[in-house]
Amino acid sequence: MTAYLLKRLAIAIATLVLASMVVFAVLEILPGDPARLMLGMNASADQVELLRNQMGLNAPLALRYLHWAGGLLSLDFGRSYTYSVPVIDLVRERLAVSLPLALIALALSTIIAIPVGLFSASRRGRAGDTISMGAAQLGVAVPNFWFALMLIYVFAVWLRLVPAGGFPGWSAGVWPALKSLLLPAVALALPQAAILARVTRSALIEVLNEDYIRTARAKGLPYRAVLWRHALRNAMIPVLTILGLQFAFLLAGTIIIENVFYLPGLGRLVFQAITQRDLIVVESVVMLLVAAVIAVNLLVDLSYAVVDPRLRSRQ
Amino acid sequence: MKLWKTILAAAVLLLAAGTSAFAARTDLVIGIPLEPPHLDPTAGAAAAIDEVLYANVFEGLTRIGPTGEVLPDLAESWTISDDGKVYTFKLHTGVKFHDGTDFDASDVKFSLDRARAENSVNAQKGLFAAIDTVDVVDPATVKVTLKNPQGSFLYNMGWGDAVIVAPESAETNKEKPIGTGPFKFQSWAKGSSITLVKSDNYWGTPVSLDKAEFRIVPDAAAYVPALLSGDIQAFPFFDADSLAQVKDDPRFKVVIGATEGETILSINNKKPPFDKLQVRQAISYALDRKAIIDGASAGLGQPIGSHMSPASKDYVDLTGRYPHDVAKAKELLKEAGLENGFKATLKLPPPAYARLGGEIIASQLRDVGIDLEIIPVEWAQWLDQVFTKKDYDLTIVSHTEPNDIDIYSRKDYYFNYDNPAFDKVIADLGVTSDEAKRKELLGQAQKILADDAVVGFLYELPKVGVWDAKLQGLWENAPIQANDLTKVKWSE
Repeated sequence: MTAYLLKRLAIAIATLVLASMVVFAVLEILPGDPARLMLGMNASADQVELLRNQMGLNAPLALRYLHWAGGLLSLDFGRSYTYSVPVIDLVRERLAVSLPLALIALALSTIIAIPVGLFSASRRGRAGDTISMGAAQLGVAVPNFWFALMLIYVFAVWLRLVPAGGFPGWSAGVWPALKSLLLPAVALALPQAAILARVTRSALIEVLNEDYIRTARAKGLPYRAVLWRHALRNAMIPVLTILGLQFAFLLAGTIIIENVFYLPGLGRLVFQAITQRDLIVVESVVMLLVAAVIAVNLLVDLSYAVVDPRLRSRQ
Repeated sequence: MKLWKTILAAAVLLLAAGTSAFAARTDLVIGIPLEPPHLDPTAGAAAAIDEVLYANVFEGLTRIGPTGEVLPDLAESWTISDDGKVYTFKLHTGVKFHDGTDFDASDVKFSLDRARAENSVNAQKGLFAAIDTVDVVDPATVKVTLKNPQGSFLYNMGWGDAVIVAPESAETNKEKPIGTGPFKFQSWAKGSSITLVKSDNYWGTPVSLDKAEFRIVPDAAAYVPALLSGDIQAFPFFDADSLAQVKDDPRFKVVIGATEGETILSINNKKPPFDKLQVRQAISYALDRKAIIDGASAGLGQPIGSHMSPASKDYVDLTGRYPHDVAKAKELLKEAGLENGFKATLKLPPPAYARLGGEIIASQLRDVGIDLEIIPVEWAQWLDQVFTKKDYDLTIVSHTEPNDIDIYSRKDYYFNYDNPAFDKVIADLGVTSDEAKRKELLGQAQKILADDAVVGFLYELPKVGVWDAKLQGLWENAPIQANDLTKVKWSE
């Protein structure tokens, strides 16, 4: 077990180092000059040069990479070119929105998807299955910004239960803050739930065809018990894999929903930083996300061992 | 017991809500599309900085009013020497910065010297180029001596980039702006909103609003629901394509005004075949401005024939110089030896006016035999490739700076346009302060640009504002990029 863990950890670190090089190189060859963007069209070339010097953009590439990567090691993520505040402060503010949002959306999606998947799998080929999988198909196909706008018109404009967008901050109280995350979480959860339900269903159907399920039924266990105790547990591995991927996506890939609800999330920070060529922010945030994805994958790997004792003993 | 308490509390709340409904509101939430990168108007070109802070938090010696006129601000009055080189400003007294420090002539000297210093990264450093010295005469008087008379000096001092800051707070204005204006900065939730509150020790007429929040709404699709739900009460820069949903709603006011944004089809004047006058003129004849305005700007926006806003007092109508005439355009191309047409590229930055307008212009130019390849670019790429490296044939952009006809005389500007006669007019203009003479010179400048067909002049970008019908005092036009809230109030 320890050897397995150490190996996983070594791979994770190597991935991080490699990712940092790729991220830095790719962003540095992107055309566009942050200094010119800040000064606009009326500034002279000399002035742009002056600002480039002040921002440290004229140092050699390798030196800047080492400076940045060295900073990352000591958890110093650098200072934003445009905001001129530490990147870590920006990330912390955005995580206060993105992390709860991702967790709520993930919880919602799991709560909806697992029962639907179970229901469908156990009624395979019958009307209930067709209807719920048809609904899941629809959930995947509906553009999420459109679904988000419909939610806004119904719950914010018509019923006035929640705000149409924006985030008041946690300092305004837990309930107002949660309230403003509710609709975006639903808008995010629905397509994820649809995917998850389909994965749950197919994983279950595969398991339900196994011999041990027939054995369990034959020895007189009720169908419900077989489904929950034997089938679901064995079908968990693909479901957990998808959940891990979805969490990484929900953390930073939600730019469209963040825009529709004008939420100050991580996705918008990255998007804005790219358009403003605030490279240090993009680089550091992308690295943090890489780290998060690696961490989640590690967790998922470990959770396989929890749901499947065979994996535990094998190591 | 607990239940009773809750009911009592609810009743009190209801009562409070009921009484407050009779008094006019004093708070306002304004939607803006872009977040300012920081909050110091003297350290960046982003229009979003001025859209939050200009006239609200920061003030200059002079300021620009709602119709583009120069008004006194921190300078109560001024005198100009006969040779037009010495400006003596009489300042308001008893003015305090928001951190409690006093404002006086030394702050003016500090601000102007800082902006024009060698290591200054003021985005509009050119505004201060004519200044020779700034002298403090006494705490309420400051004397600015120019190297040469400058007709636009008082106007220049009204720009957001020329606001007066204090030496104590200048370095931290990016995060915590300290000015002398009627609103003071309260908080900035990054990515979300910026909140200003009424300043209690303001020297001038106090404002009606107690609190103004600028909320950042990047997606135009969110504008309408935000208005309908009442979350946001004003969008000074609304999306023209979403107007249909609010224009007949009596709860809202739709106000179409003018900006200083001359939207043009920029041409690389040195790159063959665009170095030939006939080719540029052919392009001008090929353009159908009405179709472009209808398609790219929802039919809003006034056509222009040269580089001047139709709202300006110095505007000369030259839209008739090149009427839409395909035959004439083909004839000119033939004269230029290009009767079989030619291929070129059209680089388009992200705004809708460029992307939508570009498609229409490409099809209009195809009608006369010019085959355009459309290349969409990001702003950063545009600034790099087109603006800095001049690696382009044609592009579409809106030049939003006010009174910026002089850009055509700048050496090495991305138009690659070089006409000594035009440069002479602009040079004369620089040293003329007589209004009638300036008007004449500006007229000449506009005519030269039209005659040379330097670029394809399209239309003046409209300012589409939508706000609550009970809200008064927001600007109709945008002579500069600002959301001046000093006169804004709610009617009963």
